[in-house]
Amino acid sequence: MIDSMLRFLQWLGNHVTRRINRLGFASRFFLAIFLQSGTAFRRLHLTLREIYFTGVMSLIIILVSGLFVGMVLGLQGYDTLQRYGSTEALGILVALSLVRELGPVVSALLFASRAGSAITAEIGLMKATEQLSAMEMMAVDPIARVVAPRFWGGVVSMPLLAALFSAMGIFGGYLVGVQLIGVDEGSFWSQMQASVDFRQDILNGVIKSFVFGIIVSWVAVFEGYDADPTAEGVSGATTRTVVTSSLAILAADFILTAFMFRGA
Amino acid sequence: MPRCEITGCPGVNIPQESLVEIRNLSFSYDSRPILSGINMTIPRGKVVAIMGSSGCGKTTTLRLIGGQLKPTSGEVRVGGQVVHELDAGGLYALRRRMGMLFQFGALFTDMSVYDNIAFQMREHTNLPEAMIRDLVLMKLHAVGLRGAHNLMPSELSGGMARRVALARAIALDPMLIMYDEPFAGLDPISLSIVGELIRKLNDALGASSIVVTHDVQESLKMVDYVYFVSEGKIVAEGTAEEMKHSTAPYVHQFVWGEADGPVPFHYPSRMAYDEELLKREVARD
Repeated sequence: MIDSMLRFLQWLGNHVTRRINRLGFASRFFLAIFLQSGTAFRRLHLTLREIYFTGVMSLIIILVSGLFVGMVLGLQGYDTLQRYGSTEALGILVALSLVRELGPVVSALLFASRAGSAITAEIGLMKATEQLSAMEMMAVDPIARVVAPRFWGGVVSMPLLAALFSAMGIFGGYLVGVQLIGVDEGSFWSQMQASVDFRQDILNGVIKSFVFGIIVSWVAVFEGYDADPTAEGVSGATTRTVVTSSLAILAADFILTAFMFRGA
Repeated sequence: MPRCEITGCPGVNIPQESLVEIRNLSFSYDSRPILSGINMTIPRGKVVAIMGSSGCGKTTTLRLIGGQLKPTSGEVRVGGQVVHELDAGGLYALRRRMGMLFQFGALFTDMSVYDNIAFQMREHTNLPEAMIRDLVLMKLHAVGLRGAHNLMPSELSGGMARRVALARAIALDPMLIMYDEPFAGLDPISLSIVGELIRKLNDALGASSIVVTHDVQESLKMVDYVYFVSEGKIVAEGTAEEMKHSTAPYVHQFVWGEADGPVPFHYPSRMAYDEELLKREVARD
């Protein structure tokens, strides 16, 4: 009995210590990315290449998802608003839901699955096939050459993708609300224009997506760099990227929302 | 005070004929000892092989020379500089004069053969692209693959990939070239080509080479000196000819590929075979 309790405490202690160690390593890694970011900015083509791979290549999933989310919002919003006789407010409902919440959060979740996992797998495989070691032996710092451009590529892409997601969602809401159901087009657009505030709604949404971009990119590059150099290790790291960044996005969303929109 | 020829820092006085000096080198992963008290000298202009069975610490020795690992005790001096005492700048300056061929090539899979070889030139020099092109084609010509410069690594055979990696390792004309299992997984023709290239390139560049391998027959054809490592210790050393005719049990077993000898066939077990079988019988009853 005492033996098994001791073993459990030992396991718990090891587990907690390992987690804290890893968090410390991840924080130092984050700092190292900032310190080694000179190359990513001086040789902009490295970062632009990553913006292409993480941003441009994610466009299809972001745009199509945005369209469908907007269309669903149009349907659900109309169903709720007609009970109160205020279907003209459909434009506001769709726009605010997308710009404040759904745009940044859903696009970040999609970005984590599409681009974050790809970044982790790529860096993890580079480690497993000794490409990162080879780079070190060539006197080239892999954090500066491989990690920092991918990190900044993700940070830049995320707000742009979130903006496109929201724009496409609003278009989806318009298609369903105005073209399909027949809500007045003038009310749809004018009420949206009158009620959506640039600083309070749009800018806060952009700040959110920027923070989510940092979270996803950080988790993705760290998990890849820290992956065990085996097939199993890379597969585990890719899964951890999606799970960790999704949970971190949702938690950060709550914290940011609490700060941004209280009492507004 | 003499100065290091690579970094320009004040160095110690080591014999000019030795490029790498390893003294009392020990290394452990956590509490598992890998190397214990190794001494080696790599003379300038020579090809030296480090041989031994898998997991005996050969690759670890290369990583310690390249500064990717820090020794538990002892030191590695390259060009008079103690590698583990160098700061990041000094270590990178040293590595610019080293080339390393990894076990499976470690070519950058998102770059063509051409870009792989041009990589270091673009990173460390301000040479114009036209000159880089000439240099890359020269290096590729040296390994017989000038015609393959447009291919991607995925389009290369194992032997070709190893030769491209060799061309990349000599991209900046290093003073020290390290080869980690250069013959692993190669067909006999590729194996012979790579072996010949290691010797020729070493002599043409006036470099020194360290070849970590367990391919005895191929490496004994072209190396000048051999160190045999077993369980983290040097168990024999000498010229290739001396090793071929050695009667030392470990060397004899290794060179002639015998199953029986000082290297045991069985992985150590805590219990004797019959005892373990008997225990299972008792448990079944």
